[in-house]
Amino acid sequence: MAELNVQDKGGKKKKGTKKMSTRVDLTPMVDLGFLLITFFMLTTSMIKPQTMEISMPSKDNVPEAEQTKIKASKAITILLGKDDIVYYYFGMKEEDGTDPQLIKTDFSPKGIRDILLQRNAEIVNKIAELKKEKIDTKMQDTTYKRKASEIRALKTSPIVLIKATDDASYKNLVDILDEMQICNIGKYAIVDINEYDLSLIKKLNG
Amino acid sequence: MPKVKVTRKSTTVDMTAMCDVAFLLLTFFILTSNFTVKEAIQVNTPSSISEIKIPETNIMNILVDPDGKVFFGIDKAENRIALLDEIAAENKLTFTEKEKYTFSLIGTFGVPIEKLKAFLNLPPEVRDMKENALGIPCDSLDNQFKSWVRLSRKINPEIRIAIKADQRTPYPKIKTVLNTLQDLRENRYNLITSLEELPKGL
Repeated sequence: MAELNVQDKGGKKKKGTKKMSTRVDLTPMVDLGFLLITFFMLTTSMIKPQTMEISMPSKDNVPEAEQTKIKASKAITILLGKDDIVYYYFGMKEEDGTDPQLIKTDFSPKGIRDILLQRNAEIVNKIAELKKEKIDTKMQDTTYKRKASEIRALKTSPIVLIKATDDASYKNLVDILDEMQICNIGKYAIVDINEYDLSLIKKLNG
Repeated sequence: MPKVKVTRKSTTVDMTAMCDVAFLLLTFFILTSNFTVKEAIQVNTPSSISEIKIPETNIMNILVDPDGKVFFGIDKAENRIALLDEIAAENKLTFTEKEKYTFSLIGTFGVPIEKLKAFLNLPPEVRDMKENALGIPCDSLDNQFKSWVRLSRKINPEIRIAIKADQRTPYPKIKTVLNTLQDLRENRYNLITSLEELPKGL
């Protein structure tokens, strides 16, 4: 295609070595190249999947004395309900038997996130300051991470207990874990739901 | 009047440059590629803002589909063969060399141990069919999933657990999987998610 060597048949036959063109038609080679590119593009996955790392408490029986007790004033309990509904309450059941107030919300930015940000304001502000400092002073990533985790582990941080009802979906669980990251909450745990929490939901829904 | 001479130009283009580009790109793709491993089921993962990338090796893949069926797979062909040997020894089964080889090629699978032999002897196109995506039994009566995880850990102590579940999977199904893992004192997991943008201002 690229070069056509027209031989004149009628002419006199030249004696000696025929001069052949050294040019090679590269079109098929290009075809082949692009075919292989297409193949590789389609079969490869360029994006590595993201992961979220979680640790669950071990099931071994921890002696009562070593168990970490949660201060009621720091505790936030989040219940994941049906149809992406989230319930939450602060603290625990009072000693005099009054129930904590259960509030219904959702996963929208104005929902559970606002509550958590409010509750965690101190740490959120500190992290924001740290971020600013990082940009200003060109802090190393590792130092930043260390400092950030130090801030998250502060004693004043709230402790979130995540309890999912049987009607919740996996998406709800990942979403709420995501909120923990967004709101810089360092202490949270996924706990099994108990009868008491279920009764609170029932009461709220009438 | 003189004739206007139209110079005839050759329509052929020099392909050398194009060829260079094509092969340059080809080299790039070959070097950067890691092949997508076919999974037993298609899973629609939820999204999260987490940006941690999953390591490439030493991964135990656990897939959970919306019905709660569990699929399982580990990486590296030699580990897979070792795992099959362990499972065979534990369940008093024997697998031929050919079956072992077939098993070493499968990324993730979801069949009960009793049906594994028959499954491995199926032609590949039948193997991928929906009817064969049975899921590994994971209930308290017959928890084969538990033995798969336990033996994988035995073969490769550094293996990490990656859980990839569909976003519609009901929580109780996930809980059974997590509980099984907790029973084995496996307390660290990677939940595979797709990327979502961090909300503004945070």
